[in-house]
Amino acid sequence: MISQLTGNTLLLLAALALSSTSAEELEGKGYQIAERSDRSDHGFSDSTATINMVLRNAAGAESKRELEIRTLEVIDQNSGDKSLIIFSSPRDIKGTALLSFAKILDADDQWLYLPALKRVKRISSSNKSGPFVGSEFAFEDFTANELNKYTHKWLRTEPCAEFVCDVIERHPLYENSGYTRQIAWIDQSVYQMRKLEFYDRKNALLKTLEFKDYQKFQDSYWRAQRLLMHNHQTQKNTDLLYSDYHFKTGLDDNDFVKGVLKRAR
Amino acid sequence: MRAKAFIGCLYLSLLLSLPTQADFSGELGVEARWFPKDAQYAGQLNALQTSVFAEPEWNISPTENTRLSFIPFLRLDARDKDRTHADIREAYWLYIEDDWELLAGVNREFWGVVESRHLVNVINQIDAVENLDGEDYLGQLMLNITLQKAYGRFSFYLMPLFRERTFNGAEGRLRPALVVDNNTTRYQSRAERWHTDVALRYSHYVGDWDIGLSYFDGTSRAPRLVSNADHSRLIAYYDQIKQLAVDLQYTHQAWLWKFEGLAREGQGHRFLASVIGLEYSWFQLFDSHADLGFLIEHLYDGRDQKEAPSSFQDNDLFLGLRYSLNDIQDSAALVGLLRDLEDQSSSLRLEAERRIGSHLKLELEAQLFMNSNANPTSMAFQQDDFIVLRLSHHY
Repeated sequence: MISQLTGNTLLLLAALALSSTSAEELEGKGYQIAERSDRSDHGFSDSTATINMVLRNAAGAESKRELEIRTLEVIDQNSGDKSLIIFSSPRDIKGTALLSFAKILDADDQWLYLPALKRVKRISSSNKSGPFVGSEFAFEDFTANELNKYTHKWLRTEPCAEFVCDVIERHPLYENSGYTRQIAWIDQSVYQMRKLEFYDRKNALLKTLEFKDYQKFQDSYWRAQRLLMHNHQTQKNTDLLYSDYHFKTGLDDNDFVKGVLKRAR
Repeated sequence: MRAKAFIGCLYLSLLLSLPTQADFSGELGVEARWFPKDAQYAGQLNALQTSVFAEPEWNISPTENTRLSFIPFLRLDARDKDRTHADIREAYWLYIEDDWELLAGVNREFWGVVESRHLVNVINQIDAVENLDGEDYLGQLMLNITLQKAYGRFSFYLMPLFRERTFNGAEGRLRPALVVDNNTTRYQSRAERWHTDVALRYSHYVGDWDIGLSYFDGTSRAPRLVSNADHSRLIAYYDQIKQLAVDLQYTHQAWLWKFEGLAREGQGHRFLASVIGLEYSWFQLFDSHADLGFLIEHLYDGRDQKEAPSSFQDNDLFLGLRYSLNDIQDSAALVGLLRDLEDQSSSLRLEAERRIGSHLKLELEAQLFMNSNANPTSMAFQQDDFIVLRLSHHY
């Protein structure tokens, strides 16, 4: 009698505990997984890479862009990394450069260099959801990879290709995002993002980004060599093909100031 | 025809002489400019003015810390011999250290934030025959030292050789009633074009503010135009000026608040000039990828129009719309209206551009002059409405 009562009470208590803390627990678990993934990249200090961007419309017609990206790691958890993107093709925009200081919740600082007039312009960064150079990547897809820009909630664990992935739902905390939420697949072996789904402001599936061909650099830092973005609503695609990765090249804050934009080619 | 053959040969010889380690690029183009109205002054061309131009570019990094740049420019104009001209836009050697750099040679510098007038931009002479918008500049010979500190960037310029402004010839449109004599130039300084000009600039940003402070002491880039002894021609006269200038931008969400101001002495009374304005962008217009920007600027210039080089922009309002499709072809258009608030003379300008394929670019420009006879400076342009179509190959 007593034992049965105790058993029932325990069951009831367990059920109560589960229902009252589950949301928090799921968020705690989601954050832990996202943080572990984020931490796997700590200490890269700086990197440079060449990106070939291939834009493909619904009919399959291709257009290409080539750019170089330089990134400076900012250790402070309360601010994001600094990055510099320099275009080398199409040739009429050769030398065009975009300098970004990512923030966590505040608006990023961005400067654009226009070589035709040799002019540096501070630009509004509230255009987060606008297309980056006509591609299927939005500005925020490039600059919003900081851990604390989102809430994270663990959904489930499931197989993904050759891995087992944790599936995390994340909601942007920063203003002007074009997304209500994103679903991320993070593998349990090396903790890298394998797939990311973007849901638009109406909560409809907008885009899927796949991360392919991960390589390990400097024995520590994983980088996908191919990023494939597919827009489900327009059937357009943009591929980012990375090459020439270099780490710890000696870049510092003085290489990420607006004054260097005019000679950053 | 001869011009085209010449350009072709030039292009070919440039390609053949290309050093393998250099980064070689550039632009080759054809331009047609159409004036629908008959000319106002005797000798001026009518209807179609065609030209070709080339701007090859070499960038070399001989060592990790040094850069060499060479950008010559050539335009051949079929109708106006004074618009046919060559220039060296850039030819410099640059040495780069972590927190300083040194540049020797010919270069271009751009300062400023507003759209309707490049008020504080003072280093380079305007290549005025190129376009009416004052956005083409002649290369300036200089020694330039720049220091980058945590609290900002300091640049010092020594400029030993002055460049005269280019002016359209007797056949050209968009000129004053009298032709500017390109062979006779007068200077206030006895050193004439060899006067050493100096400039300093500080620029930085703090949060949402971008700030620039500059000082210039030297030969005014803008000349006063004075008539010669028999009043048959205009002579460009270059004063010595000193000016202190500031440019500011406050960036908040989709709003850009802008200000440029200067105080200048050396051209009659000391005077102030300013441009104050703002730009708002409506991103992703009606859920499309396109952006629409709204621009409004007020231009003030306190100069005495007789003592100083005359200026259109004494008390003017500029309204503009910028439309960017954000498509693969980078299609964009800008429409701007500049109106004198005192005499109501105005000018409407349209610029549109679009890439074709991966190497060609098509540009359209048009400008209308309205109520020009109310203003003594713009009166000369009242018959000179024009449309330009430009096709260029970028390699």
